[in-house]
Amino acid sequence: MSKDIRLKKGLNINLKGEADKVYASIPQSDLFSLKPTDFHALTPKLTVKAGDKVKAGSCIFFDKYNDKVRFSSPVSGEVMDVVRGAKRRILEVKLKADTETKYESFSTLDASANREQIIEGLLKSGVWPFIRQKPFDIIANPMDTPKAIFISTFNTAPLAPDNDFVLHGLEKEFQTGVDFLKKLTNGKIHLNVDGNTNPSTVFTSCKGVQINKITGAHPAGNVGVQIHHIDPINKGDVVWYLYPQDVLTIARLFSEGKYDVSRIVALTGPQIEKPRYYRTIAGANIKNLLDENTLIGDNNRFISGDVLTGKKIEEDGNIGFYDSQVTVIEEGNQQEFLGWIAPNLDKFSLSKSYFSWLVPSKKYSLNTNYNGEERAYVVTGQYEKVLPMDIYPMQLIKACLIDDIDSMEQLGIYEISPEDVALCEFVCTSKMEVQSIIREGLDLIKKECS
Amino acid sequence: MKLFKNLLGSVKPHFEKGGKLEKLYPAYDAFETFLFVPDHITHKGAHVRDAIDLKRTMFLVIIALVPCLLFGMWNVGYQYHLAIGETATIMENFIFGFWKFLPLIIVSYAVGLAVEFAFAIYRGHSVNEGYLVTGLLIPLTMPIDVPLWMLAISVIFAVVIGKEVFGGTGMNILNPALTARAFLFFAYPIYMSGDKVWVHNAMVDGHSGSTILGELAASSNWQSLSWNPFDMMMGVIPGSVGETSFIAIMIGAVILIASGIGSWRIILSTFVGGFVMATLFNMWGANELMSTPAEIHLSLVVLLLVLYLWLLTQ
Repeated sequence: MSKDIRLKKGLNINLKGEADKVYASIPQSDLFSLKPTDFHALTPKLTVKAGDKVKAGSCIFFDKYNDKVRFSSPVSGEVMDVVRGAKRRILEVKLKADTETKYESFSTLDASANREQIIEGLLKSGVWPFIRQKPFDIIANPMDTPKAIFISTFNTAPLAPDNDFVLHGLEKEFQTGVDFLKKLTNGKIHLNVDGNTNPSTVFTSCKGVQINKITGAHPAGNVGVQIHHIDPINKGDVVWYLYPQDVLTIARLFSEGKYDVSRIVALTGPQIEKPRYYRTIAGANIKNLLDENTLIGDNNRFISGDVLTGKKIEEDGNIGFYDSQVTVIEEGNQQEFLGWIAPNLDKFSLSKSYFSWLVPSKKYSLNTNYNGEERAYVVTGQYEKVLPMDIYPMQLIKACLIDDIDSMEQLGIYEISPEDVALCEFVCTSKMEVQSIIREGLDLIKKECS
Repeated sequence: MKLFKNLLGSVKPHFEKGGKLEKLYPAYDAFETFLFVPDHITHKGAHVRDAIDLKRTMFLVIIALVPCLLFGMWNVGYQYHLAIGETATIMENFIFGFWKFLPLIIVSYAVGLAVEFAFAIYRGHSVNEGYLVTGLLIPLTMPIDVPLWMLAISVIFAVVIGKEVFGGTGMNILNPALTARAFLFFAYPIYMSGDKVWVHNAMVDGHSGSTILGELAASSNWQSLSWNPFDMMMGVIPGSVGETSFIAIMIGAVILIASGIGSWRIILSTFVGGFVMATLFNMWGANELMSTPAEIHLSLVVLLLVLYLWLLTQ
């Protein structure tokens, strides 16, 4: 019963700096961090203080409102510092790694394990936060039973890492992870593969799942868009999802009994001389990656994630919990003389007001300039071109702006996530902060309806 | 360019918070952002943004208006020379029309932008670009001889009542340019109707300048009009400056649709609506206006001719 879905809407932003399919080996960074800000709506409660010794898998903090959801140290070493922001909110827990990683030992499980054992194992080790839920894009609630679990095996975001390459040859591990996940739901596991390319056998040979083929431009790889077309969410439904690399983390936890969040990260972007893949560990400092490469220019922005949804980090910042990509682009803090009249052949636009539509395969080096100023909404029909869902984005965004919960529900707010409307934000003539507007709408719904 | 930068840099402190002219910041901002795309960078959400902004959008609409504008200027001169019985070259006609039409454009922009700036300063928001287009559309919908003070009043009415009372660009429920025309029509009908306003100096010289609709209303048959359907399509007829040429307007429509700024659905719907309505009246046929064929009303003769030739070859 696999589905073949072809999406016509969407937009691929062709950036320069796609990672070459080679692994560069680098000495492991000894600075790590765990950022509560990576988890939306989380109120963390610390269990360590500066100077404490931890192992890989030791609890660093847990969710104040659900103390079973724990967050673990990615490495063994010492807690260096707890960085706090306004109102003493914890922003970051900094860790200094030992040269040799010591792991907390967790109990291994085999194929006969039941749902409770698996959930308990995931919670105890701190692997649980990798499983998230729709709606709201938050960490899954272990008390829920999801109607399905979705894994998108490809990422269509600009310069995103290629999972076919990253997971190459890991059929067995991936299958092990999927087998454990299968027991968490009464429904199906949907494994969504890329219809634009020939997907890796890691995914196509996977057993016990429904393999769906999705063809189209970004955001076709977004799990929210896939859910919308395969098994839509209605009010009250819960669907869980996770990234392919995190399936491997689950497999390693139950077969080796350790919290091993090593992962492959793509260093990308127009400001990187030799973009390529690196083996590292979640939460690692990016300085090591950058030292191994040459940056172009010195006026750059460092992003953990992709250019549409990633988080801005410092040059010596750390990779986010869910991210497997670091992007470096130029800051656009320069004025441009009469830039709105000039032909500007090097600028990219979905609209035909620039000439980029004549050269669809050209790659661009975009910077962080707004290319204009925020303005009142003018109906342009642009949003509708880049959201491949049966949803009226303009109306939904306006409903969020005026906090109209009834309209939001009728317009399908439960199906949408900020990342799905990231392209709407990109193309917006009026330069609206669409992702934040949708996020605030979701927060309101969550608060009022639970 | 450097000159502008230095100039702006030297006056900027006065307009910033704490400066003498702090309240006038929106006016300063409008000039600065007109000259330079600002150095604002993304701080949340998507880190890169599409190159389009409202200035670019409005600029493209102005480009789409240029064929109408150029043709309208020429036609002003052509109609005048025709009426007084002189012959003039294309260039003479154009230059004549240019000098007659320029004051209208200047008044429209000066008055309209003054109102826009005043509202922006009063409300403390940046000046929206919408008026760049409205400011050109208004004179294009006017007869060439409209007194400038009337134009100024209708511009003020259009911007205030048509737009600003609803919150400015993007929030208006009326089209400001058409509001200006409607206002003038009802406030000063003598200058917006009849057969003495559509050709320059008709009122003084006494030559006739009646429009097609005027002649039809006076119950002449559409075949016996002073203008044939081809003239109507090309636009060499009396009328408001920018309204006469089907061809020039269609070039603008093509630019708008091709650039994706205009919605072809809306443009096509207008034509379909006009055609259906005119066909209904054709069936009724109570007078000459009603019985003029729909395709003549819409200047679709060329399209019909092409269709006819195509059918012949089948």
